[in-house]
Amino acid sequence: MAMLTVEDLKIYYSTPLGHVKAVDGVSFEVKEGEVFGIAGESGCGKSTLVHSLILRKPPMVHMGGRALFKGKDLMTLSPEESKKIRYTELSIIPQYAMNALNPTKKIKDIVWDLAKEHGYTDREEVEKLLRERLSMVKLSPKVADMYPVELSGGMRQRATMVVSTLLNPDLLIADEVTSALDVTTQRVVIELLHHFMKEGIVKSIIFVTHDLALLDKIADRVMILYAGKVVEIGSTEEVINNPAHPYTRLLINSLPRMGVQYKKQKLKGIPGYPISLLNPPKGCRFYTRCPYALDKCPSEEPKLVKVGNEHYAACHLLGGESQ
Amino acid sequence: MKSEKLRIALKNRKFKVGVAIIVFFALFALIGPLVTPFDQLGYYPVKLHKMLLLKRSTPNLPPMSHDVIYAPGREINVTHYLGTDSFGRDLYAQVVYGLRNSLIVGLIGGGIATFVGLTIGFLAGYRGGWTDEILMMITNIMLVIPTMALLIIIAAYMSTRGVIIESIIIGLTAWPWTARAIRAQTLSLKNREFVHLAKLAGLSDLKIIIGEILPNITSYVFMVFILQFGGAILAAIGLDFIGLGPTRGISLGIILQNAVLWNAINLGYWWWAIPPGLIIALFITGLYFVNIGLEEVFNPRLRRE
Amino acid sequence: MLSGIRRYLIRKTFVYVLTFFSAVTIDWLIPRLMPGNPISIMMSRFASLPEASKYMYSYFMESFGLDKPLWVQYINFWKAVLHGDLGISTYMYPKPVADIIKDALPYDIAILLPAITLSWIVGNWLGAIAGKNKKLDSFLMPVFYFLTASPYFWFAIVLAYILGAKLDLLPISGAYSYGIMPSLSLEFIVDFLKHWILPFLSLFLVMLGGWAIGMRNMIIYEVEADYVRYLEALGASEKTLMKHAFRNAILPQVTGLALQLGTMVAGALTTEIVFSYPGIGYILMQGILNQDYFLIQGCFLVIVISVLVANFIIDLLYAVIDPRVRFSFTEGE
Repeated sequence: MAMLTVEDLKIYYSTPLGHVKAVDGVSFEVKEGEVFGIAGESGCGKSTLVHSLILRKPPMVHMGGRALFKGKDLMTLSPEESKKIRYTELSIIPQYAMNALNPTKKIKDIVWDLAKEHGYTDREEVEKLLRERLSMVKLSPKVADMYPVELSGGMRQRATMVVSTLLNPDLLIADEVTSALDVTTQRVVIELLHHFMKEGIVKSIIFVTHDLALLDKIADRVMILYAGKVVEIGSTEEVINNPAHPYTRLLINSLPRMGVQYKKQKLKGIPGYPISLLNPPKGCRFYTRCPYALDKCPSEEPKLVKVGNEHYAACHLLGGESQ
Repeated sequence: MKSEKLRIALKNRKFKVGVAIIVFFALFALIGPLVTPFDQLGYYPVKLHKMLLLKRSTPNLPPMSHDVIYAPGREINVTHYLGTDSFGRDLYAQVVYGLRNSLIVGLIGGGIATFVGLTIGFLAGYRGGWTDEILMMITNIMLVIPTMALLIIIAAYMSTRGVIIESIIIGLTAWPWTARAIRAQTLSLKNREFVHLAKLAGLSDLKIIIGEILPNITSYVFMVFILQFGGAILAAIGLDFIGLGPTRGISLGIILQNAVLWNAINLGYWWWAIPPGLIIALFITGLYFVNIGLEEVFNPRLRRE
Repeated sequence: MLSGIRRYLIRKTFVYVLTFFSAVTIDWLIPRLMPGNPISIMMSRFASLPEASKYMYSYFMESFGLDKPLWVQYINFWKAVLHGDLGISTYMYPKPVADIIKDALPYDIAILLPAITLSWIVGNWLGAIAGKNKKLDSFLMPVFYFLTASPYFWFAIVLAYILGAKLDLLPISGAYSYGIMPSLSLEFIVDFLKHWILPFLSLFLVMLGGWAIGMRNMIIYEVEADYVRYLEALGASEKTLMKHAFRNAILPQVTGLALQLGTMVAGALTTEIVFSYPGIGYILMQGILNQDYFLIQGCFLVIVISVLVANFIIDLLYAVIDPRVRFSFTEGE
């Protein structure tokens, strides 16, 4: 069953120079009970994509497509309806998780401010839940009465994860939550996310990262984005062991060694820079850096082609006109 | 300033309004004295053989009054654009020369304060360790002692004071907050890669500060100078007002002190008591506008247009 | 290992003690550094009074102790200061400077305390409104800037001219009417308040501009802060977002209170001169016009000490309201 169905979503940034096409016709599905990974270099649109599901503020504009979450289109919900489902049904652990909690408010006060806006009336009950969850992530229940400044970075990260998932959201977005962390803390975060799934605290997770190696550890399926377009999508095993798109292959080859993550070494290997999203070329957006570019690549846009069981990639090398 | 930033600045309304106000008053201070026959104290100088007579007009004339000054052997028709004070002295001349002195105090005093603050802030932030501890201790002490009180006690013991001396003592007391701000900026730049590279290349501290760090904070230093410029003008006008201004010559603070001492408010001579301060308030508003405009240019988060 | 708050307090106290020490030293040093002879200037006042002249001369010699070595002069000066002996005024001879200041100080407190606290509260409130409402901001901001760009005493002159001289609504000179004796009668209190309004109001308005600007800029920064974005992402209402942003934006404004205190006190000094309001500022100008150096030095010391004490109180308050001072996380504790 699909938790989230995104169809041909277009999210642009309006700038004085024109529209930056950060997400340009992206479609995918997140099933109930799965961890869905989204990967790509910075600037590929992965962050824009997940943030647009939560909140669109200028200069971010929705230019087309739908995002059906439990039957409701997130793009057309009124601000009030959208506010209501955020946190209770759809939640996020932001990239800046370590600084996400107001440093001058006690954690229980922050939680209560959020909970009471979502219809909770019993403060005792919310605080009790908070303490339980804090213990669950191996923090002292006393952390509830502390200010975020009293905690170390790693503790704040875990506290934020507890706050984000407190009201058992159906879908949790984890946006680059591991990028600022050392390897040990990264592992803790991954374990916690697994734990949230196992305990049924969250039903599905969208895990955004630029670290493919990490997705191997957590995601059931992955989607690779390049310059606002889907280049490959499929089960993690298939995509990583059997990459179809040249970009995915380069991404995987540029990993130091399979299964071992070295911080900030991931994508250095691919020469060249992504194209400008202000006036992207008509054809394949990767052809400027692609070692196998064909004559038609600059002019014709490749469509997603089935390359395996539920495994698709968008590249002319793979032939096929059908989708 | 990079040309791209300049282009954004020229689109910023606050920046443009501020620059317009500043340029207007700067031109006024430059050109204004040329269109009045009165001297800086508002007297009409008349040469008689080898003597210089200082003639007065009718006292308490409102703005745009015409009057006749009687010199030996002739009558001179004059216009008082801003009226006269209770001693028959022309107020336009006093104000325009006073503004000139205010701007001089702002430039010199603000310049010194910026320079001293910059030097101390750089040294403290770049050197660290004991240099930092000692310099910041001095800065924090200076920060708590009210600058005005310090100025008063220094100025009170000077038997003669000129505009330049006044600017210098203002500059030497106004630097502490600048030192603190520059120190913070230096600290954040110190650990950047390009500074490490320069150190590895064996450049001296001074060369690194001037060659590597300074260019990265020029725009910030410029904004600091704008605030110090305004601060020095306000400090001077207050000091002059309580009677510690230049012992010779005129200043806007002195005009206002005279107006208050000679009851201009009660007697309704608004042209004596209002314009000198209004000019300063508008000028400094202009400075603040330039400052916030630039801040919006360099810090897009503040932008509102 | 010291906890955050103890380290903070020890550091602050150290700075304040050092500052007090420096201030007294400056007060002692300046008259001795400057060219010219203040004693002969002060003595010239008594040219027609041989008796007083004689007494003052020996008094000056003793208190300045000019015949003694410098370090003895310095120690004597400290002894006098610590005993509250600030010398004798030549202008209001033979009144001790300490007594003159004691009489004047309540007037300063009467206008400064309400002006500072109320301008801080109202200014922060208006600034927060301007910070979140762009339409209001576009016309409020220039007003705030103009207020804070105005010299305090000039703004006082404008109010005195419009509300006092032109409209004749309020008195513009003194702390109470000439023919009335200070007492607790209703008549006196009403009269006192009438004289109090204008000095208070002009200080209040100029100060308000500065606070509002500071708050406006802080709010604009804070609503973009990570913790506000997080709350917003989790569906918090506008009201909650502002509540959190305001809580953090107000903290630098408390520090600002300490930093601005000196300027505000200076503003009050000049404002008192405009209204002939008998506080420290007014007697300070009398001292300056009459070259009464003991009076000037005494005023300096009192102003510095008051600002110091107020600063210290604000620092204590800050430690209470900002958990970052109390609880900052330190590795290994």
